[in-house]
Amino acid sequence: MAELTQSIALEGESALPKPETPLQEAWRIFKKDRLALSGLIVLVLLVMLAAAGKVLTEWVVVFDPATVRLPDKFLPPFSPVSPALIPAAHHPLGGVYLLGTDELGRDVFARMLQGSFVSLSIGFIAVGISVTIGIILGGLSGFYGNVKLGLVSVDTLIMRFTDIMLCFPTFFLILTVVALLPPSIYNIMIVIGLTSWMATARFVRAEFLALREQDFVVAAQALGLPESRIIFRHMVPNAIAPVLVSATIGVAGAILTESGLSFLGFGVQPPYATWGNILASGRGFIFDAPWLFFIPGLAIFLVVLAFNLVGEGLREALNPRLRNR
Amino acid sequence: MWVFLLRAILQRLVLLVVISMIAFSIVHLAPGEPSEVDPANPRMKPEDIARIRAAFHLDEPLSVQYVYWLRDLATGELKSFKDSQPVLPKIWRRFLNSLPLFICATLIVWSLSFPTGIQAAIQRGSPFDRTTTFVAYAFISIPGFFLSYLAIQWVVDLFNVPIIGMRTFGMENAQPAFRWMDRLWHLVVPSVMSAIAGIAILSRYVRSQMLEVVRQDYVRTARAKGLPEESVIYRHALRNALLPFVTMFGFLLPGLIGGSVIFEQIFAWPGLGRLGYEAILARDFPVILTINFIAAALTLAGTLVSDILYAVVDPRIRLQ
Repeated sequence: MAELTQSIALEGESALPKPETPLQEAWRIFKKDRLALSGLIVLVLLVMLAAAGKVLTEWVVVFDPATVRLPDKFLPPFSPVSPALIPAAHHPLGGVYLLGTDELGRDVFARMLQGSFVSLSIGFIAVGISVTIGIILGGLSGFYGNVKLGLVSVDTLIMRFTDIMLCFPTFFLILTVVALLPPSIYNIMIVIGLTSWMATARFVRAEFLALREQDFVVAAQALGLPESRIIFRHMVPNAIAPVLVSATIGVAGAILTESGLSFLGFGVQPPYATWGNILASGRGFIFDAPWLFFIPGLAIFLVVLAFNLVGEGLREALNPRLRNR
Repeated sequence: MWVFLLRAILQRLVLLVVISMIAFSIVHLAPGEPSEVDPANPRMKPEDIARIRAAFHLDEPLSVQYVYWLRDLATGELKSFKDSQPVLPKIWRRFLNSLPLFICATLIVWSLSFPTGIQAAIQRGSPFDRTTTFVAYAFISIPGFFLSYLAIQWVVDLFNVPIIGMRTFGMENAQPAFRWMDRLWHLVVPSVMSAIAGIAILSRYVRSQMLEVVRQDYVRTARAKGLPEESVIYRHALRNALLPFVTMFGFLLPGLIGGSVIFEQIFAWPGLGRLGYEAILARDFPVILTINFIAAALTLAGTLVSDILYAVVDPRIRLQ
């Protein structure tokens, strides 16, 4: 209460309210969107969970997701461990399987924890690759588009290449490459990243073409600033909003793609657990052990939903054209 | 107009050749060859592998192999590595299987997402808008195969009908009415499942297009003239909001190939996506490459068709 009166008094003194920074304004709009805000909360929790999961599954033995306990296989969630058959070193935390066990008696909770880190890193690294390529190619095409390389301009060259990439059926291409390469988690990240940068490149190019004509860029050029500074300090921050939105939605897409690949048997291979391959192997037990199917399925659904909602909230918050509707 | 058409077609032919070269090198440079599919077989001697490689021209340089592939494709002589069947008829048969699934799914998508999107845009911020928005996000976010398994379980439990495959085995001699009912059951569930993501995306897109158009001056003018609200929305706003969707007709066909792999796999539907999946498993390069080639050709043709359609329906656009 005291703070409130103080702030009112302060506002009275300065007469004008403090101008909002663009970031504060975006946050104010983002906050109003209940769905986006709840999505953000889910994501923050998830990132903490994934980090905790990485720590716990790597270094704490009770959380070892690879421990096989055959006497305790197919236990439903919240079942206690059978102390007579399982050595004490292999007991789960508190002696209870929070999310049950799978066909080899592995603790599903530990596997989901490990999987959350792997799934998230697939999403983030794949999108990181695609955003980097997209910004570089789109930026080159938008800024140095008029430079001629022999017969064709840089812009023509890059945009035709983008057109070519858009002509491949994406999922089929990913499937082909992942299936032909030796199975590895890094190949999946790289392939998803290399096949999904086209939209970003187009956004960035369009933004750069518009920004290049703007007064502040012309002024920066007139001041004789080096081109790298103009691009990275003045233009990229102004072009980043649509990229951020599509990146957020892209993480969701990458997680779904990974689960689709896992379903077809080309996803991340054991011993790594991802939500996708827990779900894919759980589908065989949909009648006998439904939790093996529903837990990863609902987890993927929730997280992808959260990413999509946050992306949409960001789109509303960062796009000045949509604001005053 | 004719100059535009000629140039567009030439450009796309060049693109198509480049695409096929890239696809060819990706597939051939990746490790793993048809001769290595069965390495554990003790009866495969090095000379056998060499013979297989020679038969498939795998021992020649890539550029020569590419020319062989292109020549065989053009003359229709291209044979599958796996069973020596000609590739084009094989793909055509699977294409015909995929077609009903695709048409059914597209009809579901278009007939559901337009009313929903328009209604959501008109009543922006209403409970209807918020519900459909949330449902659309839920539809995009759910893994397709997860939902499909639930749907299979539910339909089989509730209606007691088999829905895996294209038809029930042993129904060949049944009455035509029963046969058609059977076909329909097998068709509906996979179509709905593969339509779900499309409904979500398209209805959101319709909504944002409508919102864009409703703010335009000519809509305000129409309201100011005192036209009834229905006439404003459906005759003035909707017709303009529909313009971008005309171009989407062009992009429909390529969707036949890419998105269907997972659903055809779940529902054991002998379609094009599944053929591609089987070809990938068997390292059947001619089939993989030809499917890819057809997909790229369809996409390029689609962009051309959509450019032309756009110019036809929107007099503000001129082709040069």
